[in-house]
Amino acid sequence: MKVKHHLILTLGAALMLVSCGQQNQSSNGALSSSAAEKVYVAPGEQDEYYAFLSGGYSGNLTVYGLPSGRMFKEIPVFSQFPTSGYGYSEETIPMLNTSHGFVPWDDLHHPDISQTNGELDGRWIFVNGNNTPRIARVDLSTFETAEIIEVPNSAGNHSSSFITENTEYVVAGTRFAVPVPQRDMSISEYKGNFKGALTFISVDPEHGHMAIKFQLLMPGFNYDLSHPGRGKSHGWFFFTTYNTEEANTLLEVNASQNDKDFIAAINWKKIEEYVNNGGGTKMPANYAHNVYDEHSHTGTSTMKDEVLTVDPTKVPGAVFFLPTPKSPHGCDVDPTGQYIIGNGKLSADLTVHSFDKMIAAIEGGKFDGEAYGIPILKFEDVLAGQVKSGGLGPLHTEFDGKGNAYTTFFISSEVVKWQLGTWEVIDRKPTYYSVGHLMIPGGNSRKPFGKYVVAMNKITKDRYLPTGPEMEHSAQIYDISGDKMELIYDFPTHGEPHYAAGCPAELLAPRSQKIYRLDENRHPYAVTTADGSKVVRDGNEVHVYMSTIRSHFTPDNIEGIKVGDKVYFHITNHEQDFDVPHGFSILGQNTSELLIMPGQTKTSVWEPKQVGVWPFYCTDFCSALHQEMQGYVRVSPANSNVELKWSLGE
Amino acid sequence: MKKASILMIIGPLFLLGLYVFPLWNIMLGAPQYPDPLGLNIHINGLQGVSEFDIQNIDGLNHYIGMHTLPKVEDMWEFGTFPMVIGIMVGLGVLIGILGFLDKVSYKWFFGWFTLMSIMGILGMYDFNEWLVDYGTNLDPNAIMKLTNPDGTPMTYKPPLLGHVKMLNFDVTSLPASGAWLMFVGMMLTLAAGFLGWKTTKTKK
Repeated sequence: MKVKHHLILTLGAALMLVSCGQQNQSSNGALSSSAAEKVYVAPGEQDEYYAFLSGGYSGNLTVYGLPSGRMFKEIPVFSQFPTSGYGYSEETIPMLNTSHGFVPWDDLHHPDISQTNGELDGRWIFVNGNNTPRIARVDLSTFETAEIIEVPNSAGNHSSSFITENTEYVVAGTRFAVPVPQRDMSISEYKGNFKGALTFISVDPEHGHMAIKFQLLMPGFNYDLSHPGRGKSHGWFFFTTYNTEEANTLLEVNASQNDKDFIAAINWKKIEEYVNNGGGTKMPANYAHNVYDEHSHTGTSTMKDEVLTVDPTKVPGAVFFLPTPKSPHGCDVDPTGQYIIGNGKLSADLTVHSFDKMIAAIEGGKFDGEAYGIPILKFEDVLAGQVKSGGLGPLHTEFDGKGNAYTTFFISSEVVKWQLGTWEVIDRKPTYYSVGHLMIPGGNSRKPFGKYVVAMNKITKDRYLPTGPEMEHSAQIYDISGDKMELIYDFPTHGEPHYAAGCPAELLAPRSQKIYRLDENRHPYAVTTADGSKVVRDGNEVHVYMSTIRSHFTPDNIEGIKVGDKVYFHITNHEQDFDVPHGFSILGQNTSELLIMPGQTKTSVWEPKQVGVWPFYCTDFCSALHQEMQGYVRVSPANSNVELKWSLGE
Repeated sequence: MKKASILMIIGPLFLLGLYVFPLWNIMLGAPQYPDPLGLNIHINGLQGVSEFDIQNIDGLNHYIGMHTLPKVEDMWEFGTFPMVIGIMVGLGVLIGILGFLDKVSYKWFFGWFTLMSIMGILGMYDFNEWLVDYGTNLDPNAIMKLTNPDGTPMTYKPPLLGHVKMLNFDVTSLPASGAWLMFVGMMLTLAAGFLGWKTTKTKK
């Protein structure tokens, strides 16, 4: 009996200890007042950094502020976006044209901000469409998609869209090896026959216009991620590979057999020189190049029919394989350009290659055989060090510019801070949960801004109020200004963020455009004067040249439209005042509304199917008399002869 | 008298600033206009402080039935004022030169100052008349016909000088750089007058 009591007492004491411990833990957690102060951006104040988070399967790019985690905008890129009419308006439908026709969606993964001399210059941000391979350029003065180029001979455009340090190229690598050119063949003949195309797209330094310079047709591995060399390694590009087994089925097993896959090191300067001297083979191709003109407010799609391909074995000294353990995923290069980090996603350790050692090994001709004619360097010859992390499933690494690297671990759900050179682990903090990419503003450049790191997670579970089976993903912000990382904020993100890019606010905010100038509007159907509105019939096509200003449409009464007509509403917003858009919607519209920015023209097609008098209205609460901003279109039977007329205030 | 005459030559030249700099400035700030709209009044016309401010002020004012801001051709003042200023500058400099050559006395300096002051007051009076008309001559079919608490129709005359709260707008009206240059110039002519008077007195 005594013994029993004693036991209960002991148990009770232990429980108390446990509960005390928990209390202490929570009071030191993310809700401590210092963390709140760090992320609190007071009303009216603005954030320190812009963060551009990929939207993954939303197909779009989201813009956030750091450290507040507030979302400012969703920029439509690869997906139709009824909010603004992107991909629905006549002007933007061409932006989503591909060789497969109109593709209204994609999977957007890796934003990268343009650079000059290895530092962020904030002119454009490049993003990739993973599913139907495309690269887009978003203008960072308008925050709108300016250009989309389709990538032929590619499939699963995943090791993209990373730029070289002067934005000479935006690089797009294929994840899936495919027949090049595409043809009808047995899937089981993959091995040795499929190719992996790495595409170097040149960027016009002035206008940013993209053009495919060359495609390197590599062996049929899966090219997973990539990053450019910088500083001393400028001129090189590094790609991780998996499935060097070239399996075509049950890859989770069959592509995990080799102890080491490769990081492919590409000397693109050498290939550029080869191509400039007439090297390479022109191959017939079919891909779309879509350009949006800011002054005509119109996108144009052009089909291209040829691409220049390069066989890597024809350019000696340009391509090498660096053995890297366990199906490496992330491929990151430190700010000095010296270290190339390949994270074997099935491994606990990180592999760090040395650029200097790689060059020495190449110059010494020390190879460990070859794969499809491409020399393989010896693992030991290029290895700079290994980080014994103690974590599981390393994916991606970013840098703070102070000699530290931060790597995410998907399986063990954590961010690990370690030191370049000593390979020592300095700190580790949990993420919630299963982190993918992480982002330090400028963390993928010569000059990172090492104040915050954002970890973007794949699994949310209990982090927020539940919203049924489907929830937004979660992201965490850590303060990395001290020796130890400190979790300071947790916020939901939109779509599925993969990679992100960030930059100081002052790089973009002063250049952010407020309006489009009406006197620079070159849209062929624009109405640039108050009395320029008209309605013109051409067969069964009717063009309505309409203007908007607070708080009316001109014209707002239209008669003489017939069932079977195709009515083009070309709406020009006459406002020249910041943040005064007008919307346009009409009953029975089979597309979406339009949201027209000051000085802009957008077109919506309406094909009335029923006789009647149908209203249209402004969808954006533009002014005190927004509700009055409305009008009517009279639709008569197809065979009627009601006169075409239009008016305002009569 | 030489020094005084030099001052008298320089003083009127400051008025040339009116051809470049605004005479008056009216700023309109509101919660939804954290960057206020602004109107610069030049002797030869109105200009927005930012490029599209006039268009945006007109756009807002149409709700309460105010007329659009006058263009150069809408007001005789924008043609006449530059001429008047030109003539006064010419006259002032001429008086200064004649004073330098001992052809006229310091009394002419005071004379120019007095004339310019009268013109200035007349100009202000005229400007205020326009403000009254601009703020009270409203479209009878105005979208919003607002009344004061006492039931009289609300009017929107901007202040000639100082700050007034007008509906959601804070309206501030102040002399601008052109006016300050004119003020300095006129003070110089006044100083020239006194200096001339003093030197003439000591000579006697």
